[in-house]
Amino acid sequence: MQETTFLDANELVINMGPQHPATHGVLRVKLKLDGERVLGTECIIGYLHRGVEKIAENRTYAQFAPYVDRMDYVAAVTNGMGYVEAVEKLLGVEIPPRAQYTRMILAELQRIASHLLWLGTHALDIGAMTPVFYTFREREEVLKIFEEYCGARLTTHAFRIGGLQYDLYDGFERDVKKFCDYFPPKVDEYEQLLTKNRIWIDRTRKIGVITAEDAIALGVTGPVLRGSGVKWDIRKAQPYEAYDKVEFDVPVGEHGDTYDRYVVRMAEMRQSIRIIRQCVERIAPGPIFGKVGKVLKPPAGEVYHSIEAPKGELGYYVVSDGTVNPYRVRVRPPSLINLQALDIMSRDHLVADIVAIIGTLDIVLGEVDR
Amino acid sequence: MLENAFEFVMATPLLLALIKILIIFGVLSGIVAYLVYMERKVLAFMQARLGPMRVGPWGLLQPVADGLKLLLKEDIIPAGADEWLFLLAPAISVFAAFTVFAVIPFAGNFYVTDINIGLLFILAISSLGIYGIILGGWASNSHYPLLGALRSSAQLVSYEVAGGMALVGVLLLSGSLSMVDIVERQSGAGVWYVFLQPVAFLIYVIAAVAETNRNPFDLPEAESELTAGFHTEYSGFRFALYFMAEYTNMVVVSCIAVTLFLGGWLRPFASVSALDFLKFAPIVAFLGAAIFIVWLGLKSLVTLERYFFVVLAAACVGLAVLVAYPAILNAIQGVFWFSAKVLVFLYAFIWYRATFPRYRYDQLMSIGWRVMIPLALANLIVTAVLRYFWLAHHAATAVAVLGRQ
Repeated sequence: MQETTFLDANELVINMGPQHPATHGVLRVKLKLDGERVLGTECIIGYLHRGVEKIAENRTYAQFAPYVDRMDYVAAVTNGMGYVEAVEKLLGVEIPPRAQYTRMILAELQRIASHLLWLGTHALDIGAMTPVFYTFREREEVLKIFEEYCGARLTTHAFRIGGLQYDLYDGFERDVKKFCDYFPPKVDEYEQLLTKNRIWIDRTRKIGVITAEDAIALGVTGPVLRGSGVKWDIRKAQPYEAYDKVEFDVPVGEHGDTYDRYVVRMAEMRQSIRIIRQCVERIAPGPIFGKVGKVLKPPAGEVYHSIEAPKGELGYYVVSDGTVNPYRVRVRPPSLINLQALDIMSRDHLVADIVAIIGTLDIVLGEVDR
Repeated sequence: MLENAFEFVMATPLLLALIKILIIFGVLSGIVAYLVYMERKVLAFMQARLGPMRVGPWGLLQPVADGLKLLLKEDIIPAGADEWLFLLAPAISVFAAFTVFAVIPFAGNFYVTDINIGLLFILAISSLGIYGIILGGWASNSHYPLLGALRSSAQLVSYEVAGGMALVGVLLLSGSLSMVDIVERQSGAGVWYVFLQPVAFLIYVIAAVAETNRNPFDLPEAESELTAGFHTEYSGFRFALYFMAEYTNMVVVSCIAVTLFLGGWLRPFASVSALDFLKFAPIVAFLGAAIFIVWLGLKSLVTLERYFFVVLAAACVGLAVLVAYPAILNAIQGVFWFSAKVLVFLYAFIWYRATFPRYRYDQLMSIGWRVMIPLALANLIVTAVLRYFWLAHHAATAVAVLGRQ
């Protein structure tokens, strides 16, 4: 990276955000510019800080569960899933298969919804206006299923510690199967608009490149890591729920650029459909709750549990002192850690690329700041 | 009395021109307002939504509401701005956009003026429009507008050259800069210049999109990067002026393309008399519009709206009957075909916006300099050489014919 500016002119410092259409919330990026070339970036976060981890210490285990939905609010189901699983691990509860498959179906639907939101806004940032309307149309179908299941669309609080609050409604399988048939042609439609679009390729190839080594060193996870060619997916590496019983591929990229990450996420949506189809086939009548007491009092100890959230590794570190309140809950948010790659990725790029790179990192500020 | 007044007007060129200017300005302002409506509707239909629906039936009064809203808004001048330039800049943009229409022939006999440097005049004036953007961005004294303004100046330099050179190809064929002459030469040659100059046409269309700051070249106002680009600090009526200038420019470049490449006011294949029935197209168009409106009305659930659609459909049928009179039919032929072609162009502009992502600034420049300008130059040279031999050939034949006599 060059340190001096062209003709030794003064560098221009621009505050991108916290109110800016392309920073996906309240991220503030201090850009040092030489003309349009970026000399350096500095992220300033915390505009959406709510002290979620501290709140946990004053709530019971069950009371805290809705709070985690509000971190990554576009993927509330997976957030909740990570937390309840961590507490279940602490309690040593086994949950019945029906609950497991339901969780997987909803989690994969959530992954699709989250990726759809990413695709729409990412394309909008790069200037393609139309995909966002198409992706929201399909996301709506997912949200309808959520709404039918638990009454909420966004912050669902779909799962409880030990199983599910609600059994599946009549026609759940039918709705999900219908979505599985309806959705893949729509992905083809998005790909028709973008994948071979010359401008799209020009705008994303070789933009925001991060090597596998850099990505691993920074702790980057999820599609961003897989875009760099590292085949790392918690669902395969440390299977939770029943992910070891279903078949799916882990798509990886080659160059670690924005285009590869786009391809990876598009493929992931298709894989999610594949997982959902298998889960719907296997879901059988049975109990939906494991053996948990009325009062959740895990034995003193600690647990770290992570899942593959749509954005990467979402980990919960829960410490129990044997009372009804957690002693400490620490969240490992994928968005915050993926955001650390912004500086490496944006070196020697132009302002327009910064927008593309923020989009490709797929961050949600609720989760970055917590 | 009335005849006297008519004769007086016809005999006073200044008054006649003034009246024409008033007509063109008034009609154009309306067209530009409804162009915004059309853009919103077409985009909406391409994007699986409805677009404006609330103000008036099918949102037909939306442009009026938007205009009123913008007029009534506070006109904010930022504290650090260069006040005079800040106030002046939007006016420059609009002025440049509208002035161009002075030399555009909407029909064989309907134009404000026909000057012998028409095309040169258009290029000169429309280049002035960019000053509005640069000065506006500069005078705002703010970072994003400044970047937007710099982008637009770079864009102009790259694309004005390529677009201008593409037009020279047409000039070589027409041998005249007068817009009326250019159309008449196409009529005489029996072929539109788009068939003789396809490369120039493509280059001009691309350059035109870039010059009007439209997607995929809408860098100066890329909202996801520069919030709103050069007009970030503008509000109220001054913002409306920029908005109007952009859409007027779309009409301008479409008019130029139609005049130079698509035979202006000529109907398609004007030299083929077998296609003479095409002159009834205006009647069909109005009747089609009436049917479409009736169809819309049937879908409407509000009684008042249904009445409105009935009235509108009746008006269209009335117009169809009116233009069925041979005299009127012949009189509106030119304007009808000209507007139809311009409309196709405008639709394409909106279509691009729904389809393409945005180019990056340096990519835009490299396309301009590495692809468009060399291509335009090559086209120019090939045209010039062919034209020279063609002229020489004709001269030789002429000499031979004369010699024989």
